[in-house]
Amino acid sequence: MVENRPWLTFLSHSVLMLGVLAVAFPLYVTFIASTHTLEAIMQAPMPLVPGDQLVENFTQVLTAGSTKGSKAAGATMLVNSLVMALAIPLGKITISVISAFAIVYFRFPLRMFFFWMIFVTLMLPVEVRIIPTFKVIADLGMLNTYAGLTVPLIASATATFLFRQFFMTVPDELAEAARVDGAGPLRFFWDVLLPLSKTTMAALFVIQFIYGWNQYLWPLLITTDESMYTTVIGIKRMIVGGDAANEWNLIMATAILAMLPPALVVMLMQKWFVKGLVETEK
Amino acid sequence: MEKRVVFRSAWLPYALVAPQIAITLVFFFWPAAQAVWYSLHLQDAFGLKVQFVGLANFATLFKDSNYLASFKVTALFSVLVAFFGIAISLLLATMADRVLRGAMAYKTLLIWPYAVAPAVAGVLWAFIFAPSIGILTYILKGWGVDWNWIIKGDQAMLLVVIAAVWKQISYNFLFFLAGLQSIPKSLIEAAAIDGASPFRRFWTIVFPLLSPTTFFLLVVNIVYAFFDTFGVIDATTQGGPGQSTNILVYKVYHDGVKAADLGGSSAQSVILMFIVIVLTVAQFRFIERKVQY
Repeated sequence: MVENRPWLTFLSHSVLMLGVLAVAFPLYVTFIASTHTLEAIMQAPMPLVPGDQLVENFTQVLTAGSTKGSKAAGATMLVNSLVMALAIPLGKITISVISAFAIVYFRFPLRMFFFWMIFVTLMLPVEVRIIPTFKVIADLGMLNTYAGLTVPLIASATATFLFRQFFMTVPDELAEAARVDGAGPLRFFWDVLLPLSKTTMAALFVIQFIYGWNQYLWPLLITTDESMYTTVIGIKRMIVGGDAANEWNLIMATAILAMLPPALVVMLMQKWFVKGLVETEK
Repeated sequence: MEKRVVFRSAWLPYALVAPQIAITLVFFFWPAAQAVWYSLHLQDAFGLKVQFVGLANFATLFKDSNYLASFKVTALFSVLVAFFGIAISLLLATMADRVLRGAMAYKTLLIWPYAVAPAVAGVLWAFIFAPSIGILTYILKGWGVDWNWIIKGDQAMLLVVIAAVWKQISYNFLFFLAGLQSIPKSLIEAAAIDGASPFRRFWTIVFPLLSPTTFFLLVVNIVYAFFDTFGVIDATTQGGPGQSTNILVYKVYHDGVKAADLGGSSAQSVILMFIVIVLTVAQFRFIERKVQY
């Protein structure tokens, strides 16, 4: 702060608190709705203090889903979400780190061609090639499988660039020393490069965990079987019609389940999260 | 930039890039090529006969008033999302940069919506604004506003904009905060000694110095509004009522998956690819030149 202006400081705090409240308001309403019976929520206005149905609602969604819409159990959906949220970052990091290693530390014909091929994938998000990609998955028999949910999403130009960028900053002397000592490329990669890349990997992992957990369009297309729904898809499938037709207490309980894991990751691993966010965009 | 020290192997580099390239070919290039191919062909209803029609699918699209309307809806939607997302988070970041006490707590409490899936954000706001039971609907009714986004197009648009902005603020906020913290304090101090008010300092020093961040966020937010908000739309309005929130990405999905119009949907995909290419190039030019003052 440059100068002391009490009223401006007061204003700053007011604006920030207002912002925090506006951001938290939907979460609060969601939580309240998940603690009441459907009848209680259906009255306008709905109650604004917690009710006593918390355990009942969560037990219902975790074991049996909704009664009108999707009957996929919340526990199964959380497992499916977790599989996506772990397999996508691990797969992405693995294939990106090795391809970046090849592109930075080797000279070989077609090197730049491969580099551009990876680059161009930036311009082909799922959203623009919905139907043909669906067909490929269907032809390969990967509908309603974990492989179908994760493998097509692990190719990543941004992750490859991130590792390439990082490898470029690693001093050449390290590779030279490794070579003089008789270490081959794989030995160098495993014993020198990977340990140095730990922080980059951690940051990338946090971002990609959230990316994997929150996938929507992709699982929407390729999961038709209730046992393969992810939590986010489950919520959408529990909405069956207009306002009054939905079991909002159960939908909101599922929404809490869908938000909690990634929100905890963001808040508890804030340092990695911010690092990952800022770096993957550069 | 090239490495001076490299390793030699005839097969290893190919083996290392193979997984990435294989996935890229099977799930990116092959489908994209198919989209282009379908966009130039007409298929009968049973998928038995395929006929090359050149650019006819594109011509049909640009004569289709629904498609042109979808362009307008997307433009309006992305401008609203980008403008409010950037303005609100800039205000919050400027304030958070000023305060000394509680800065960390504010930051933590403001960034968590990043973790919420767009579809879930849509459901939360749809519930709060639900025409018969929503809590905000009740308050609006008290003020004499007749709120029903299920039948009123402009209110549906407002709903999806609110949900999309709410989710995106955290992202913009973090980038603005990082940008603000990298501005040298000496500049601000010098201006303060010269008697410039905080308001004046913001517009003549801070805001211009933030322009690279602002431009970057502008592109990112437009990309977000174009593509990542699919979940918000699908979980709430599904493009309706009428066509009032039918953004381009949603229309591709709807025409291709629900209406099974392969040629038309593929032509739309190709146009979207073109838009992504333009936006990606804009983003990369920014990184290279960093926007000069």
